[in-house]
Order: sequence, then C-alpha cells, then structure tokens
Amino acid sequence: MSFQTDLLNHIPIDPLTGAIAVPIYQTSTFVQEAPGVNKGYDYSRTNNPTREVLENLCAKLENGAGGFAFSSGMAAIDAVVKLLSSGDEIIAVADIYGGAYRLFEKVYSKFGIKTHYVDTSDLTQVEKAITSRTKLFWIETPTNPTLKITDLRALSQIAKEHNILLCVDNTFATPVSQRPLDLGADLVVHSVTKYLAGHSDVIAGLVVAKTEELAQEIRFYQNACGAVLGPFDSFLTVRGIETLQYRYQAHCDHAQKIAEFLEGHELVRRVYYPGLPSHPGYGLAGQQQKYAGAIISFDLHEDRSENALAIIRHLKQFKLAESLGGIKSLVSLPCEMSHKTLPECQRQQSGISDSLIRLSVGLEDVQDLIRDLERALEYGQSVAPDREQDLEQAPDAATVPFPNAPVQLRESCC
Amino acid sequence: MSTKEQCFETQAIRTQLEKSPFNEHSSPIYLTSSFTFEDAESMRAVFAEETEQYSYSRFNNPNSQELVDKLCLLEQAEAGYSFSTGMAAIYCSFAALLKAGDHILSCSCIFGSTLGIFNNIFPDRDIHTSYFDFYATEEEIEQLVLPNTKVIFLESPTNPGVDLVDLELVNRIAKKHGLLFIVDNSFATPYLQTPVTWGADLVVHSATKLIDGQGRVCAGVALGKKELIHRIYLFSRTIGASLAPFSAWILSKSLETLHVRVDRHCENALAVAQFLENHLAVETIKYPFLPSHPQHHLAKRHLRQGGNIIAFRVSGGLDGANRFIDSVKLCSRSANLGDTRSIVTHPATTTHGRLSVAERQAIGIYDDLIRLSVGLENVKDLITDLDQALKQVTETSDGKL
Repeated sequence: MSFQTDLLNHIPIDPLTGAIAVPIYQTSTFVQEAPGVNKGYDYSRTNNPTREVLENLCAKLENGAGGFAFSSGMAAIDAVVKLLSSGDEIIAVADIYGGAYRLFEKVYSKFGIKTHYVDTSDLTQVEKAITSRTKLFWIETPTNPTLKITDLRALSQIAKEHNILLCVDNTFATPVSQRPLDLGADLVVHSVTKYLAGHSDVIAGLVVAKTEELAQEIRFYQNACGAVLGPFDSFLTVRGIETLQYRYQAHCDHAQKIAEFLEGHELVRRVYYPGLPSHPGYGLAGQQQKYAGAIISFDLHEDRSENALAIIRHLKQFKLAESLGGIKSLVSLPCEMSHKTLPECQRQQSGISDSLIRLSVGLEDVQDLIRDLERALEYGQSVAPDREQDLEQAPDAATVPFPNAPVQLRESCC
Repeated sequence: MSTKEQCFETQAIRTQLEKSPFNEHSSPIYLTSSFTFEDAESMRAVFAEETEQYSYSRFNNPNSQELVDKLCLLEQAEAGYSFSTGMAAIYCSFAALLKAGDHILSCSCIFGSTLGIFNNIFPDRDIHTSYFDFYATEEEIEQLVLPNTKVIFLESPTNPGVDLVDLELVNRIAKKHGLLFIVDNSFATPYLQTPVTWGADLVVHSATKLIDGQGRVCAGVALGKKELIHRIYLFSRTIGASLAPFSAWILSKSLETLHVRVDRHCENALAVAQFLENHLAVETIKYPFLPSHPQHHLAKRHLRQGGNIIAFRVSGGLDGANRFIDSVKLCSRSANLGDTRSIVTHPATTTHGRLSVAERQAIGIYDDLIRLSVGLENVKDLITDLDQALKQVTETSDGKL
C-alpha cells in the first residue's frame, strides 16, 4: 500500500456517529464511572481523543513507537531536552535554529546542561567533541538556512557506540522525504507549524520516539509539564497532514525550478539548495531524502544587507515574515530575523552572510514566482554604495525600516 | 426525573448529546460534512427514512441536534430544526408550509427583513400578506382573515417599538379560523416567554440575539409541532440553509448561561429605563416592565421580566437622534442586539430604512426613535454614557431654541 493511502487509513472513522472527519473533543475533562475508572481518558492535558488521532498518525508517519503533540515546536524541543540531567552535555548542529539555540543557551545552561556546536556535516568534528558527559546529539538536516546535510546513518552509528541519544529536527524534510528513525535516530521533533499543518494557521510541535521506553518518558513530561496541543489545533493539523504528500511534492518541484533560476543569475553569489549538484550535500541528500525540500537560501556578490533588503522590499509574491512551510511563499533575512540570536562569528561561520536571503517556496504558480524574483533582483544592484553609511549609523539593526513591510522584527521566531 | 420535568436552568445545562465511548464531559465538535455507514442496507434504510442516523451535515449533525433538543425542551416544543441565520429560519418555515395562492396575516410591527420577504419575495410566488396593528381588536383582526389565509404571524415584544401583542387573543383567532399561529420569539427568548404555552404552533428565533448573546454567531431555529417541523426539515435540507456544526456547538454552550445572562440584561435594562424616563432630553420611552408602558399589564402576563430592549424618542428630531448616536462612547453603534455589549441603533435609517416614511410612521418608527439593546456592562457606567450623550442632544436643542 502506498504511503498516502496508508496515511489516510490511519485517520479513523468516528465509531459513535460514523463521522468521516475527526470529531473535535473540545472538552477539558471526562466523566468517570468510579474514582480512577474511565474509558481511557480522564483529563485533556493527559490525553484527548482528537489529539490522540494526530499523535498516532504522526507516530505512523515517522515510524515510531509513540507520537506526542505539543503547543509549539519549541515545546516539543523542550520536552526532549527534559530527558537530560544537570551535568549532561549536548552536541548540536552549528547552524542551529535560533530558537533552539536560545533554549539551550539561555534556559538549559542555567540548569547545568552545556551545549557544544559543531559542523555535523563533518563527522570527525562530532567525534572530537564527544565527552563522557555527552548524552544527546541535536541535529537539523537540512539545516536552517544554509541547508547543510548531516549523514544520519553514519551519525547514528557513532551515537550508538557512545550510548548517546540522536534527536533529529525533521521540520524541513518532513516524513514524506526523510524518516530519521529508519536511519537510526532515537527521536524526531517537528515544528508542525510548518509543512505538517501547512496552511500557516496553527502553532504546534511534535515528538516521535522510536522505542516504547523513550515514548513513556516523553509521555511523562508531556503530562507533567503540560504544554499540550489543544483539540481544535489537533483537528486542523490532522486536516493539514491529509494533503502533506501532495503539497510537499509540489513545494519541492517549485523550489527546484527556482533554485536553478537563481543559480544562473548574475547578481547571485551562492545558492544553497540540496537539489543542486553545486551544493556540498547534494549526493548525501539524494541518499537519505526523497525530495530536496522547498527552502532555498542565496546571497549576493554585493554582500550587504542593504542590497538584500532592496530585493526583499520589491518582492510581491514572497511576503516578508517569520515561519516557513505554508501554502504562501515567504521571504526572510536570517541575519536580522531567525538567526539574529546567534553570535556574529558563529553566524558568519555557518554561512549566514549579511546578504543571505531565505525563501520558503509556496504553491503559487512557479512562473509567477520566478518572474517576481527576476523583477526584484534588478533592485539588488541599484543600491548606491554611499547609502551604506546610513545603514551603519542605524542605532539598532532591529529597527531597520522595511518601507513595504511594516513588520516589527523580533528575536528569532523560526 | 425525566428531562421534561426538570426546571429551565437544568434543561439548558444538562441537555447534551449521548456521550461517545470516551465519556467526554463537554460535547465534541462534529466538524464533518458526511457520515459513514456499516453497509449498503443501513444506508438505504436511512435514505428511505425507515431509520434515523446521521448521513450528511446539510441534513443534520450531532451538534445542531443537541442545540435543537435543548431548545425544544426550553420552548416546550415537540420538534425543531436549526438554520444558518434567523432569516433562513423565517424564509424556510414559511416557504415550506405555504403554496401559491395562500395568504399570510401578520402583525405590522415586525423585523424589516421579514417585511422584505412578505412584501418583495412572496408576492412573486403568489403569496400575499395583510397586516394588523399590534393594538388591533379581535374584530379588526378577524376582518382581515380571508378564505385562503393559512398563517397568522407576529413578534412580541415588537421590533423596534417594544410593543406587545396579546398572544391569547391571536391564538383564539388562529384556532377559530384554522390558521397556523407562528411567533418570532427572538426578543423574549424562551426564558422570558414560551409562545407554545399560549397556543403557538411554531416559534422562530434569530439565535444570533440573546441565545448567542455574545455577538459571535449568526443562526436561526424553528420549533413547534412535529408534523410542521418535518415539512420544514424536508424543505430546508434541500434548500441547504443548515447551521454549521461549530456555530451549533457555540450556541449550545451559550444556552447554558442564558438564564443568568438574561436576568442581568433585564435588571440593567430596567435601571436604564427608569433613568431615561426621567431625562429631559427623552420625549417618550417604552420598556415593557415600566408601569408607564401602555401594555404593562399584558407584559406582566406574558413575560417573566421586561427584556433588554428599550425604545425611546429623543428631543431634537432626526438631528437629535444623530447627535445622540454620534455621542455615545461606551455603547456600540451597530444594528445587532442581544449582545453582552450595549448597542444603540437608529431604526429609521438602518433596520427599517427600506420602508417608506409613511410605512415607518404607521408602525411608530419615527426619525427620533432610538433602539437601545442593554448589555451586561456595569449599569452605572452605562447610565453615565447615556447621560453624557443625552446632554449633547439637549445642548443642540437648546441652541436651536
């Protein structure tokens, strides 16, 4: 049976009414026959029938023993870090998502959990960083925003040898393209807000555990700490996942065409996209991913954020916003937005240059998207050098004006 | 104790769908367009109306069923059906029960959009309407009954004049001439008045008003005799003006607090009415539970309390009315009513704006008439707001004098 058919078969028909859509059990509590005697549900923080449909579906998608839905992607990441104890160490991918970086550095460092950041696309660097205290490998592949690829199968071998848990943030690839548990990972997390829910209308997160033992631990923290996903958002997410395969395929198809267009453009210095042979992870991505994804980053020969801003300002189809993975195309400037919390040197080392633009390619007609980029790129070269002065004098980079996009830039959202 | 013997408040709270196998405390939201069947035979039997089961949400849905079951108990009606708006409830009810050549006898003081259906849509289908005044005598109304009259219809209290129609009197006429007696009970809600107990065959509601009570949902219901509701159901499920499950779920929740909300609405409205009655800038005022209301005794007989709508005329004519509406700061300027937030409306230019001047004046909708839907804010704050707005009216009037 195909993946898509199997997926749809995992969304149950309501046994009471025959309803073909999943009922929204918008209830806080469940009636008990006697103290502790219930029908499998007692309180919606612990368990809820609508959320359970989503959790079972996601466990199926990622081929794990248990799935757990959280109120945001960050809450899902947080649940995994709670598996560690004070004194434990994490080895994390260097160009880590800014929100995860903030969680590790500003929250968990306080509790004695130390994180080392290494370029995990080079496994020798990972091995060098391992200490007797290393308990968790934290991987994003492809990474955000330069789309570096980490060899999950090889890394999982190292993890097993050293008794280290391997957790993969699979938000960019989605289980349609890559199944980290099948490649040896122990845990998968998702910002469900992105491709899984898919319509930019839900904030949600997910953890899938490979073994029943790990699933029990995550279940404990989910209930004990309580950052669960509500029934209505669970319903919306199930609805999103029903079309995940078709959406994701189309997203990737559009992205491939756009990446090829950008690579041929004279203003563009580098295009980061795992579906291009020029990308360092091209071969590896082809082995462990079914599709190359729908996030593209590129920077400019004139590597100044002002030039990038001029392009962003003139894009009409790509809206300036945090987040990614929705139906509508988005653009962001990582150095000012998602990766603003990274230290300057770590940011530059990760390839997040001042002119790096990240695209989340949506489902508009791809020719319209290419025309939009073509037109906006013309403005990238017309920025007069003397205006550079103005930018340097700006007191706070967070208030750099975007005349066409009155967005208040905040610290890293995604 | 059967649910029919329970008191109003208990019925409003405890009427709920059969629990699913999970024993949930609050009803699930069945956001589903269709329902599945065990086998071909069970599907055939449902479509042949031999057995009852949910099949398609345009026909019925567990959430709308819960809402209707609850409202049937509250209105003491046998059956009901829910609609996407109050106007859908009115249109579908009349269109399902009447045919070309039939005649409607209606009170003239009814909602402007209902007048629109009677005067602009039904005549094309050869259904015509005659009107009687809310104060008409039994003889005057009977004179309007024709051989082809099928329905007698009214709203009470009326919109926007807050006048009353004697339900007992109208029921006598209906029974004597074999007419269907239909009442729009939106202003009173079943908590204040149950027309079925006065002999009504059918009750319709804009559930958008006090039943939702929080300005969130548009919805309508028709409740009454089983045989009538079945005809309305068969018509409406084809027309497709059915209520969405999510809206039905919200409305069923709203009914749980209807009695406490309406108690406070009425308490606030009486205090506001007493304040307005003594205000220099107010020419006349009507509120059913003020002793000055010409039909105060009838109001006491029909209604548990006075409701939340006050009609009053300000000094200074149209200019005074505009000045007042422009000057309120707390009250909302809107055409809805029955919200937690107090609302001022100018009927002559909004809800009843499509009527001619003569038609409006015949039903008491003068240019200086204000309809006030009293909300659940603190009554002192409301009175302060109305007082300062009325001062603007007085100043203008004085200036002119």
